[in-house]
Amino acid sequence: MINLTNLDHEFSSLVKEKSGQSIELCFQCQKCASGCPMGELTDYYPHQIIRMVQFGMRERVLQSKAIWLCLSCEACSVRCPNEIKIPAVMDVLRAMAETKTSGREKNAPVFHKIFLNSIKSSGRVHEAVMMVKYKLKTGDLFSDIPLGLRMFRKGKLPLISKGVKNKREIKKIFNRVEQKYSE
Amino acid sequence: MRFFYYPGCSLEATAREYDHSARSVCRNLEIELAESKDWCCCGATSAHSLNHLLSIALPARNIALAQEAGADIVAPCSACFNHLKRADKTLRENEKVRREVEEIVEFKYTGAINIYSLLEALVNIYGLEQIAARVKKPLNGLKVACYYGCMLVRPPEITNFDRPENPVTMDQLMSRLGAEPKLWSYKTECCGAHQGIVNEKFTTRLVNTLLEMAVEAGAQALVTSCPLCQANIEMRRNRTCTLPSFYFTELMEIALGVPVQKIWFKKHLINPLPLLESLSLVG
Ligand code: SF4
Ligand code: SF4
Repeated sequence: MINLTNLDHEFSSLVKEKSGQSIELCFQCQKCASGCPMGELTDYYPHQIIRMVQFGMRERVLQSKAIWLCLSCEACSVRCPNEIKIPAVMDVLRAMAETKTSGREKNAPVFHKIFLNSIKSSGRVHEAVMMVKYKLKTGDLFSDIPLGLRMFRKGKLPLISKGVKNKREIKKIFNRVEQKYSE
Repeated sequence: MRFFYYPGCSLEATAREYDHSARSVCRNLEIELAESKDWCCCGATSAHSLNHLLSIALPARNIALAQEAGADIVAPCSACFNHLKRADKTLRENEKVRREVEEIVEFKYTGAINIYSLLEALVNIYGLEQIAARVKKPLNGLKVACYYGCMLVRPPEITNFDRPENPVTMDQLMSRLGAEPKLWSYKTECCGAHQGIVNEKFTTRLVNTLLEMAVEAGAQALVTSCPLCQANIEMRRNRTCTLPSFYFTELMEIALGVPVQKIWFKKHLINPLPLLESLSLVG
């Protein structure tokens, strides 16, 4: 059931504007959904996300798991008869949902933040350190320990990485980007 | 022939065998790889998921390094290739963003640099015939399923390479190396990408389907061109399945007659040596 009092029509135009996608063209043919690898494994198929954006169902969309489970695989965008780039829409929705604590997907936002922090501090992603931080932060400490050890023994998770030489330059890029966003 | 080599973060860690074999193949083909110690991460999925401007600025800094080196970029990792190419298209076509990013990164975008995946550079620029002419040890008897994943071919307006649903470049390469590429319909299905870390169960389902389809097609191994695909394929699968997976450069090394060291194959989580030995492809 749609609760008509909760609809936010500005949400719909905002997503449209930020993603540059003609969301209103979607006529629910579900071609996107039929080839989507994540649809059946999560709460919504991509055409449902698009429909909810059209209707302005802001909260439901931003709290969904689907926006975080979308793999940006672009299978949908290649097939959509209306050339709607759903992954571009998903990017906008994730950026809008990032600060939400009430969302249903907990791990993916944490992962992306740790990933970006890793780049910010050394210019590159140090896979071993990033994994440990992610595991600590999500409390999922034990699931991959045997696998991690095997990788380590094979020399695939070096503990030391030099990162880029010019780390100050990387910080500068991050700071300037943040500044542009707050303007 | 000279390229600016952009290894990307995975090739320093989980995909070291890809880095090693990519360099070794280029050396053998007398392709010079210009490098910079100062390259930074392309931002991967995390940057475009949370911060659009950052997803252009980080690749732009690497494009700036290639401009200085005066050589086109070659990226072995399909995801890096995709993110660099995506940023390049924005810099080329969107003046407002270009100005912003030029300020942020402190460079002047010239548009003179092309960006290629390693597969594209080797097959389409160096040339399939030239590679075929250098084959010393054909991969006779090896049946493979070429797995392209998403990032190499989609979206086509960004990647501008092969066909988005049924690409053939890697298949052609494998057949010129003497292997037998099998027809199958999962060439460009997603491997689960970064969800391999975030949602293991979900990724395991995707990978198991891929492997089942490859086996059904009669393949003895998968061939990949992406560290993320390779990692998910090796890590997120039913333990009972032992179908190995190679980076395409590892098979090129063998076919070109480069004396390969078994230690690099031992880095795989799924041991490919029994298969290679059964076909007398490694000694
Ligand atoms: S393929 Fe395009 S038009 Fe069809 S349901 Fe999906 S988004 Fe809508
Ligand atoms: S890009 Fe996202 S929504 Fe589109 S098919 Fe892939 S996983 Fe589904």
